[in-house]
Amino acid sequence: MTWLTWRQFRAQAIAAAAVLTVLAIVLAVTGPYMAHLYDSSGIATCTRVSCGPLTNTFGNKLPWFDTVLYLLGLGIMFLTPAIIGVFWGAPLIAHEIEARTLPLTWNQSVTKTRWLAVKLGLVGLASVATAGLLSLMLTWWSSPMDSTLDIPYGHRLLLERLGPVLFATRGVVPLGYAAFAFALGVTAGMLTRRTVSAMAATLGVFAALQFAWAEWIRAHLVPPVTTIVPLNPGTISVLGIKDGFMNLQAAPTLTQQGAWILSGQVIDASGRPAQVPAIPACLGTNFQACAASLARFHFRELISYEPASRFWTFQWAETGIFVALALALAGCCIWWLIRRIA
Amino acid sequence: MTPALATRGLSKQYGHRLALADCTLSIPAGRIVGLVGPNGAGKTTLLHLAVGMLAPTSGTIEVLGGRPASGPAQLAKVGFVAQDAPVYAGFSVLDHLRFGQHLNPGWDAALARDRIDRLGLDLGQRAGKLSGGERAQLALTLALAKQPELLILDEPIASLDPLARSEFLRSLADFTASRQISVVMSSHLVSDLERICDYLIVLVASRVQVAGPVAELLASHRQGLEDLVLSYMSQASRSSTTSSHQPTPEA
Repeated sequence: MTWLTWRQFRAQAIAAAAVLTVLAIVLAVTGPYMAHLYDSSGIATCTRVSCGPLTNTFGNKLPWFDTVLYLLGLGIMFLTPAIIGVFWGAPLIAHEIEARTLPLTWNQSVTKTRWLAVKLGLVGLASVATAGLLSLMLTWWSSPMDSTLDIPYGHRLLLERLGPVLFATRGVVPLGYAAFAFALGVTAGMLTRRTVSAMAATLGVFAALQFAWAEWIRAHLVPPVTTIVPLNPGTISVLGIKDGFMNLQAAPTLTQQGAWILSGQVIDASGRPAQVPAIPACLGTNFQACAASLARFHFRELISYEPASRFWTFQWAETGIFVALALALAGCCIWWLIRRIA
Repeated sequence: MTPALATRGLSKQYGHRLALADCTLSIPAGRIVGLVGPNGAGKTTLLHLAVGMLAPTSGTIEVLGGRPASGPAQLAKVGFVAQDAPVYAGFSVLDHLRFGQHLNPGWDAALARDRIDRLGLDLGQRAGKLSGGERAQLALTLALAKQPELLILDEPIASLDPLARSEFLRSLADFTASRQISVVMSSHLVSDLERICDYLIVLVASRVQVAGPVAELLASHRQGLEDLVLSYMSQASRSSTTSSHQPTPEA
């Protein structure tokens, strides 16, 4: 069975190995210089005030292709699980059904249960290994640039370590996604019995789940931390005026560096949600007048957030969930095969 | 001696359509059995039940004393060539031999290699590029080299030209002549089976009409096998038309 699995999978395996090798060479050539820039920039030991200029200098010294590679790496890592599901998972069984080769395969001296278990196991492992190697290389290579994102006032590229893009492309979660996408593709292939429909279904379901997960589910894996911050001219940033009310937000504090801010709600002295009337002094530079006006209202901001320190807690929890989902789908495939299908 | 194939009250239903109805058979081992009947009579259903690719709706089926496809040992005892002789289009002929070797503990590599050589097949040729006759021969080689006790062939020659047909049948007859093996092969043409079969099952409209050794059938029906099968076919179709027109007691 190992031989058959390898014989049917070898073209894809060689293609994946080639892509990984090329990427590894590019990253190995460019990575050390970026690490050197970072080490000599002093960012690692900076304090709050000095960090801003240091990160800016580091950003300006980076060769242009490092920025391109960084974004390209994000794109590749983000798409890899979906590609695995669509091109490795979906055709695994659907193609055999279409090519009518199952009567040949199932009449050798190997039960169809074992046949499916070996294929799921070996190609599934290859999927996880591919995503794992890719994540390992990219997480290592990108770590200098990633770590500047944790620093407030740095150039942020609109990314947070716990945000939807960066979180899904670093650490161990890509392994869980790859396992799940692969099992999803196989299941879709067994249900639709058509390679092309299975590919489309896999892509649609996986993309929808990945979006929904980042948007609505991830934040509930670990209950967020809530904190109340006083709003005064020393802490606020005014984001604008809408319909006669001011939109106020407290500037992130040190403990919230790199945190994933889930919500910020202005509350009044009694703790109820409040809207802040437009105070002209706060829009200008008259801090004293602004402070005096605000002091009368006792406005505070109720912030709920996930601290950056929870990165690995989230990583392991999410990986565990996706691996469990993948195993459940694989179990369904085997059950379905025993029950019916011919 | 354990029968090659034994069924009792075997039925298979797809939704409302009855593909095989109340089939009771006992085929002794060592026979070359022809399963004949028109298209859609249920031949493929019976054969797929015998190799365990289908599960019966009701009734029982035993193949060489075991439940079809119940485990590696049972699978090893039965060789099967499905309709249109499926092979892996992207595999070379040699890949198919390796496939057989890796997936069958009883694989006879010398036999497989010898057959491929005698057929004149190029080992490097991709199976997708083979002619229909060559593909059928390759599929038969895979089924034979696993050294089964029972060989099941579903319409193996239906799509072949006359020359390939006769070569396929001759190579099958050569093989079976020298060893203890049971064969069940289906066809909608009795003339295909007449040459090599010594046992005949006529399956029409989902039901077994007659089953028995060819010699006995001929003894009771002197006009020949072709005529015998035709008469069973027309009988079956007459009875199915009359039964559908039978007035109900209420009418």
